[in-house]
Amino acid sequence: MHTFGGNVLFLDRSDINTDEIIPAKYLTEITKAALKPYLLEDLILEGFEQKRDIADKQVVVTRANFGCGSSREHAPWALEVNGVYVVIAESFARIFRQNMFNCGMCAIELPAETIDMLFSQFSGSATSVKVDLDRGELNFSADGKTEAVSFQVAPFDHELVKAGGWVDYADTKY
Amino acid sequence: MGKTIAEKIFDAHLVDQPYEGVNVLRLDAVFCHEITTPIAITDLMARGKDRVFDPSKIKAVIDHVTPAKDSKTAEQGKILRDWARRHDIKDFFDIGRNGVCHAIFPEKGFARPGYTIIMGDSHTCTHGAFGAFAAGVGTTDLEVGILKGVCAFKKPETIKFVLNGSLPEGVYAKDAILYIISQLGVNGATNRVMEFTGPVIDAMSMESRMTLCNMAIEAGGTVGICYPDMVTVEYLWPFIKDQFADKAAALKEYSKWISDSDAQFEQVIEYDLSALVPKATFGYKPDQVKSISELEGTPVDQVYIGSCTNGRIEDLRVAAKVLKGKKIADSVRAILSPATPAIYKQALSEGLLDIFTDAGFCVTNPTCGACLGMSNGVLADGEVCASTTNRNFSGRMGKGGMVHLMSPATAAATAITGTITNSLLFKG
Ligand code: SF4
Repeated sequence: MHTFGGNVLFLDRSDINTDEIIPAKYLTEITKAALKPYLLEDLILEGFEQKRDIADKQVVVTRANFGCGSSREHAPWALEVNGVYVVIAESFARIFRQNMFNCGMCAIELPAETIDMLFSQFSGSATSVKVDLDRGELNFSADGKTEAVSFQVAPFDHELVKAGGWVDYADTKY
Repeated sequence: MGKTIAEKIFDAHLVDQPYEGVNVLRLDAVFCHEITTPIAITDLMARGKDRVFDPSKIKAVIDHVTPAKDSKTAEQGKILRDWARRHDIKDFFDIGRNGVCHAIFPEKGFARPGYTIIMGDSHTCTHGAFGAFAAGVGTTDLEVGILKGVCAFKKPETIKFVLNGSLPEGVYAKDAILYIISQLGVNGATNRVMEFTGPVIDAMSMESRMTLCNMAIEAGGTVGICYPDMVTVEYLWPFIKDQFADKAAALKEYSKWISDSDAQFEQVIEYDLSALVPKATFGYKPDQVKSISELEGTPVDQVYIGSCTNGRIEDLRVAAKVLKGKKIADSVRAILSPATPAIYKQALSEGLLDIFTDAGFCVTNPTCGACLGMSNGVLADGEVCASTTNRNFSGRMGKGGMVHLMSPATAAATAITGTITNSLLFKG
């Protein structure tokens, strides 16, 4: 099982799609590791500089409908090989969200007001977050500020994270 | 209380409910292509689980980049090919017999009313045109589908669309779905079943229904779905004729896959499409849609007709009708990619390919090609393409490129003038 939490990358936009997370031209790679340099290569976001902004981040905080578009599991993989195991958003596209848990990663949904609060309090400062999956608690901190936020992950999704993914779970059970 | 078609399909396929709201369903078919399946195969092998649950229920095609364009795509094809042979997967379509997955699988009769289908491809919702619950999934779900023939779904709510009236001349299924997406937004149907019903659907061919369901995912929908009717039966008849005494018997059987009148819908949305005008997208999101009249005069560098959305025979006929006897503008290059070999042959025998080539189109073999910017018409930075595909994301057809999604008729008219143009200009 992954360890969750770390430094936060704020992406202040809704509808960030899978082609922006990992462009289709890299889908010919047959190892996950090869995707590493290309995460968010085509992201349209003012002021975003791929190399600088991704460096040493373990958590993404973003707006609504993250991961819309293609079914490519390359999108969570590109995050995974960059050490980002948690995405926190107002909402996710269905396939992307399922892919995250299927890979034993965490897609956490928070209400729009909470996301607003996180952006207004923390984006722009070097922020980190502790993730306690069992208790459903996030602890954000930056410049002496701290904020605790609770969240819920469905029991089945939690189980997948603990089992390290869906393949072994399903193969034993069905 | 009555049930929706999706609820009926869930009930008929339920294997397990490990947690509240999680439904593990038995699958009737698992579709595979060479972009998302090889990595699933390699992972299964690494886990010591190189097995398939039932080779007769697995259908595979090399379609995204074919012929292979470099060593990496050749390797992807090889992994899929070797795997299909190793597991005796008979329905495997390689070059010469291959076409775009969501065109060739229905053409072979693999999508049926009441079926559960998954594929590692978001446009799997296309097959809902047949009254199937067909959903795109990621690699891990695909692996489990291949291995065990099951997939877990949360039971989605249903939005029922009632499309009233009839589509005016020069307006097609593509315009209708672009309009619907513009109304809902790219997130408007996330985790929802989009049921398409009403007189507009009743009058539609299977091809048009596939165009419509194909783009359900662009509004976030899990599946798009139409009720099976006589049009469905007619389309499937060559594949099911031994199963039923006659078409009426088939219709009777398939009619169980229709939502009950007292089923619970999250929302029922009615549109009258009698005054709909041709539409196209203008930005990097499929919900950024304008009427052609507002986009008229926008210059394009390339026109692309093809893909799982609009590369079927009906689409080629419509485009050819506009193009007949005309030449494309000097300022554009135009590409036609018939979606399957059968469509290619049909277009050839009807003389459509003559019309396209005389007009100045390049006709490619059946493949996804430019649709996802992997081959056969990738755009240069700053170039614009009028395209019959389904996705206009930034970089989709090439870094820095802009894609305007539109119907084949509009794309054909646009090829003639070199700027976005209403096809009615060339009618008759
Ligand atoms: S034609 Fe385009 S959208 Fe359809 S399956 Fe191929 S790449 Fe995907």
